[in-house]
Amino acid sequence: MQGNEACAEGALAAGLRFYAGYPITPSTEIAEILSWRLPQVGGKFIQMEDELGSLAAVLGASIGGLKSTTATSGPGFSLMQENIGFAAAAEIPCVIVNVQRAGPSTGQPTSPAQGDVMQARWGTHGDHPIIALAPSSVRETFDLTIRAFNLSEKYRTPVILLMDEVVAHMRESIILPQPGEIEVVERPSPTIDPSAYLAFDNSIDVPPLASFGEGYRYHITGLFHDEAGFPTQRLDEINPWFERLFHKIERNRADIIRVQEELTSDADIVLVSYGASARSARHAMRIAREQGQQVGLLKLLTLWPFPEESVDRLAGRVKKFIVPEMNRGQIVLEVERVVRGRAEVRGVSRVDGELILPAQIEKALED
Amino acid sequence: MMEERIPVTYKYLRLHKKFPSVWCPGCGIGIVFNALIRAIDRSGLKKDEVAFVSGIGCSGRMPVYGDFDSLHVTHGRALAFATGLKLAKPDIEVITVMGDGDALAIGGNHFIHAARRNMDITAIIVNNSIYGMTGGQYSPTTPTGAKATTAMYGDVEQPFDVANLAVVAGAAFVARGAVYYAFELERLIEQAIRKKGFALVEVISHCHIHYGKMNGMPEAIDMLKWQKENTISRSQAEKEGGAGGKIIRGVLVDRSLPGYVEQYDKIIAQAQQRLGRAR
Ligand SMILES: Cc1ncc(C[n+]2csc(CCOP(=O)(O)OP(=O)(O)O)c2C)c(N)n1
Ligand code: SF4
Repeated sequence: MQGNEACAEGALAAGLRFYAGYPITPSTEIAEILSWRLPQVGGKFIQMEDELGSLAAVLGASIGGLKSTTATSGPGFSLMQENIGFAAAAEIPCVIVNVQRAGPSTGQPTSPAQGDVMQARWGTHGDHPIIALAPSSVRETFDLTIRAFNLSEKYRTPVILLMDEVVAHMRESIILPQPGEIEVVERPSPTIDPSAYLAFDNSIDVPPLASFGEGYRYHITGLFHDEAGFPTQRLDEINPWFERLFHKIERNRADIIRVQEELTSDADIVLVSYGASARSARHAMRIAREQGQQVGLLKLLTLWPFPEESVDRLAGRVKKFIVPEMNRGQIVLEVERVVRGRAEVRGVSRVDGELILPAQIEKALED
Repeated sequence: MMEERIPVTYKYLRLHKKFPSVWCPGCGIGIVFNALIRAIDRSGLKKDEVAFVSGIGCSGRMPVYGDFDSLHVTHGRALAFATGLKLAKPDIEVITVMGDGDALAIGGNHFIHAARRNMDITAIIVNNSIYGMTGGQYSPTTPTGAKATTAMYGDVEQPFDVANLAVVAGAAFVARGAVYYAFELERLIEQAIRKKGFALVEVISHCHIHYGKMNGMPEAIDMLKWQKENTISRSQAEKEGGAGGKIIRGVLVDRSLPGYVEQYDKIIAQAQQRLGRAR
């Protein structure tokens, strides 16, 4: 199975019922597969006129009660930023798949890159939390897609699945879990009397979300709003809302963040990597171990919120962190921030549209 | 007896919540909103069967005041949000309210495509020929030569004919009304709501605060008079053998075309049938 196919199937396994998108390489297969598969499960597909409309339609469908997603790549992801911010502010669950491609601009559509890590975090205007996940294999794509939906519904927040071209187009034989083995989370829906319903109740981390048409008759806006959803300029209404918006993610870091550690317990050097470059990092680690170097791997499955806890714990013990990534250095900045000089931090980067190969990492290990 | 004097619109307002409104005294948007509420009442729809979607602008603030599910989205994207909502909840009457800048400049692409798909949405465009909320810049409907804060020498661009744009894009129903003719407007909106498919009502409205002030019509009444003198109903125009250069009000197109919602239901049936056969 191909990575993009695993993403489409994972989405369906998570309960996807609506897709709106605009084609762009290397994400296109996701749209193609879902246009075929969604009607089979009674879901709906629409090819919109652009990416702005795509995410808008996704959010409209989500408010209508359907699990919804869109898939895009670099330039399309940039176009979606305004509505990603809307989804965060209005707390509308949705999953945005960005199969990263080399950039800037139209860049190199068929080449791999990991250049949108910071865009995923800071691409929108203003302050809001975000969740972003990064798979490095076909099976992981399937699993993390489901996880993206689950986190999105659980925390009423947009979740970004940051893939890369290598993982998206790679084929691996995998055995998919049986439907019964898959944990599927549904958004909490309100049970109280509609007249007492507060869609943005600040006394609960994640207030239940009513679908339109169910009788709750409430208001949603991208403006600063009060607990009922109406625009407000009162500081005593704005501040508690902002606090909750961040708290609902920060207080649940342990639930949201996932990393994989390999051979880190005795390591002097830890490779921190994610997505396709984590595969090369793992290979480089094996070779280095064979040569007697004590190298470990910290693979990040959650990129945002950044897994500070894991890096912080290792920072006290190891001499050096090496961060291979297909960009000019994005996650390496986060590692530096957390390490705060307690160990050496080095990036291994590549931005010419070619995968970082194990040899490039081995060389960094030798230096 | 007192009760009879309470206007029907009160039943549908979020009265104790959000009034007074954000609109300037005398603005046409309030009249459009009233006509819209009365049209909903006439159509017999229950509150829970209606959802309002709007973009950004003075016109886009309407949904706050009506007691319906309401969604106030990003500038220009109301029809795209509405498209997703309609597909998720086909039984809800989805009504979008937009300004001319919202619907036709930043949202122009969504507008022509929603009409082309014949997406079953009622779209109301409050055409005041200006960007009201941002303070009177020219919009895609500003008449050539008219002044705006970004066209102090007069606008050099040609305006869109909003209703005709919807006709050629493929809308099932297109009508044009004017704020001055509020009861006619109410009936046009009612027809649009009852129509299956993409139904547009363009409403000639006024922003006396910005457009009026800069173009020699500083009071709301001046602009209403302008509407009275410069528009003509379709039936009157037919009687007179021409519009005489005036803007035509009334239903411009009412046709039956296949729409995305029903067509896609057929796709689902077909896909499931094939899948059933394959199994
Ligand atoms: C992406 C984006 N660009 C610009 C704006 C600023 N803006 C707010 S309302 C508006 C235009 C309003 O004019 P119109 O849509 O005609 O509605 P009116 O206020 O006249 O009812 C603009 C440009 C915005 N909110 N978002
Ligand atoms: S600025 Fe113009 S359009 Fe906006 S409320 Fe005032 S009069 Fe109406």
